[in-house]
Amino acid sequence: MDYFIELFFSGLTRGSIYALIALGYTMVYGIIGLINFAHGEIYMIGAFTAFIVATVLSVYGFPLVSIVIISGLAAVVWASSYGYTIEKIAYKPLRHAPRLSPLISAIGMSIFLQNYVLLAQTSDFLPFPTLFPDLEFMEPIAHIIGTTDVIILVTTIVVMVLLTLIIKFTKIGKAMRATAQDRTMATLVGINVNNVISATFIVGSGLAAIGGMLVAAHIGQINFYIGFLAGIKAFTAAVLGGIGSIPGAVLGSFVLGLTESFATGYVSSDYEDVFAFSLLVLILIFKPSGLLGRASNEKV
Amino acid sequence: MKVNLRGKLLTTAACALLALSAPALGVAGDTIKFGVAGPHSGDLASYGLPSVNAAKVVIDKVNAKGGINGKKVEMLIEDDVCKPEIATNTATKLVSDGAEVVLGHICSGATKAAMPIYKNAKILVMSPSATSDELTLSGDYPNFFRTIAPNAAQSPAMIDFAVDKLGLKKIAIIHDKGDYGKPLAEGAKKYVEKTGKGQVVLFEGITPGAMDYSAIVQKIKQSGADVVVFGGYHPEASKIVTIMKKKRLKTKFVSDDGVKDDTFIKVAGDAAEGVYAAGPQDNSNNPQAAEARAEHKAKFGSDPGAFYDGAYAATVAILNAIEKSGSTKLADLKKVLETEKVATPVGNISFDKNGDAVGVGFSMYVVENGKYVVVK
Repeated sequence: MDYFIELFFSGLTRGSIYALIALGYTMVYGIIGLINFAHGEIYMIGAFTAFIVATVLSVYGFPLVSIVIISGLAAVVWASSYGYTIEKIAYKPLRHAPRLSPLISAIGMSIFLQNYVLLAQTSDFLPFPTLFPDLEFMEPIAHIIGTTDVIILVTTIVVMVLLTLIIKFTKIGKAMRATAQDRTMATLVGINVNNVISATFIVGSGLAAIGGMLVAAHIGQINFYIGFLAGIKAFTAAVLGGIGSIPGAVLGSFVLGLTESFATGYVSSDYEDVFAFSLLVLILIFKPSGLLGRASNEKV
Repeated sequence: MKVNLRGKLLTTAACALLALSAPALGVAGDTIKFGVAGPHSGDLASYGLPSVNAAKVVIDKVNAKGGINGKKVEMLIEDDVCKPEIATNTATKLVSDGAEVVLGHICSGATKAAMPIYKNAKILVMSPSATSDELTLSGDYPNFFRTIAPNAAQSPAMIDFAVDKLGLKKIAIIHDKGDYGKPLAEGAKKYVEKTGKGQVVLFEGITPGAMDYSAIVQKIKQSGADVVVFGGYHPEASKIVTIMKKKRLKTKFVSDDGVKDDTFIKVAGDAAEGVYAAGPQDNSNNPQAAEARAEHKAKFGSDPGAFYDGAYAATVAILNAIEKSGSTKLADLKKVLETEKVATPVGNISFDKNGDAVGVGFSMYVVENGKYVVVK
């Protein structure tokens, strides 16, 4: 039973990591129907920003709490500005082009950003500073779930709830939903669609940056390539949960994380990805729009 | 079209001329032509240049004493930049310049590309650094020798160390499913089964680049293993040891040359302490090695670089074989190399029928206070 619980929490940690990235995918898809392949790179840039700021601050001997807050904010701001700029440069000019064009543009952006960080920074793995020290009272259960795991889990849940509230009750949230339903109609009733899309990219990128920082602090290392696999897995999770749906992205991420964890624990880690993607295929066969996705025939 | 054809004819003629002139050059020499090939420029030059220095140190010493069997040794130095596509040109150049023996190449990939050319020319090649198993164990290259142990030798070294030295019997073998790590892990498993030493309680591959290895770490704990033997490179190893520390596992971690890298210690930090890794044999207690290093210092005014000991040993072994056999023919050299022991910085070595040096192996290193030190 202990083993089961240990695997369960491993899966939850993994799931929450996927969720923070998957939210960005699903939001962008929901609004403009684009799979933003550069999203994994935004996550990586967030992690790098946090790394640089945290390293500099710790050299100057700032207290840990302020390092976490400042580097977190810097990562969010920096990554968001990247998200905003990418949308303006790579996607906006192609908004009325055939659907394949922005997709290719997204893949190009992803490769560009990877190589940019490779050249501007380094190809080596870098040690990420310990941002979250192990708390004393967690010690008895540290072998099951560590302090960082709890922080990741709690952050994911808080972020998801906040996001849901924003989308349900605020003005910009309503505008987002309207744009998602029908862009032309939204324009006609006076919504500035460009601003809404920008806001979506900014929020999604900020979330990815938080994810990047948390994951890097969890595994203690980063390099320019971390965004690729993270992006692919989170995208899978978003599709699993029903792309375009926010609770769906979180649910899909947890399902994916738990599946991988149990597959590793009870079968073999050689087949971790095989299980993850078989599950994806199975779910899509029976529920083509994902676990919580709506059937996409509402646009007339 | 006409011009084109004439161009081709001309090149063909030039090639034929070149080909004809090559053997003529080779025969003419009253020196022994000693080829040295490896990366001497580019980003991997630091792997190749120490070998050039090693050859210079040994050959100058030999020439000062009047050469070998009355002949002076002449060095032919060619750069392959560690690139397979360039290494074939390097090899062709050396063969056509009449090299009778070759020290090199340095990188496994470049060596593999160059070997067929030397094989056709029946030239002895000895590398101080190419560790690919195929080079000796496949039997494809009867003219290839080396003074470094093949990758495959790490598997028994890791298991022997874990079982005999650390006294740990329950072994979890983990690998990264890659070209380097997986064969090492499989070799380790086979070795455990063959020798009956210890017991493999877990054998698994992990996905490189995955964001979190908690599940596999929990599985290691569940398997009751005393020691993890890992085949792969340092990025995965550092993630695993970090998570192992977070999950409060006391299991020992033994790994390969791919982990014996300072980046591993830098990235894994505290979690790296107490990790064991195999690395090229430590020669610091060998008086020959100390002498070789002193000679380098006297000649170049600096400490030698990577693979210096191995290159020094290879040069000594080759020249010894030439002296003893009085010939540079492959068959004659081979006989001496396989039967006679010669004292070198990497030990008192002879070569087995595959071309691997007998008595050259791996040493185990442990991370202590943020540094790899040899386990005594």
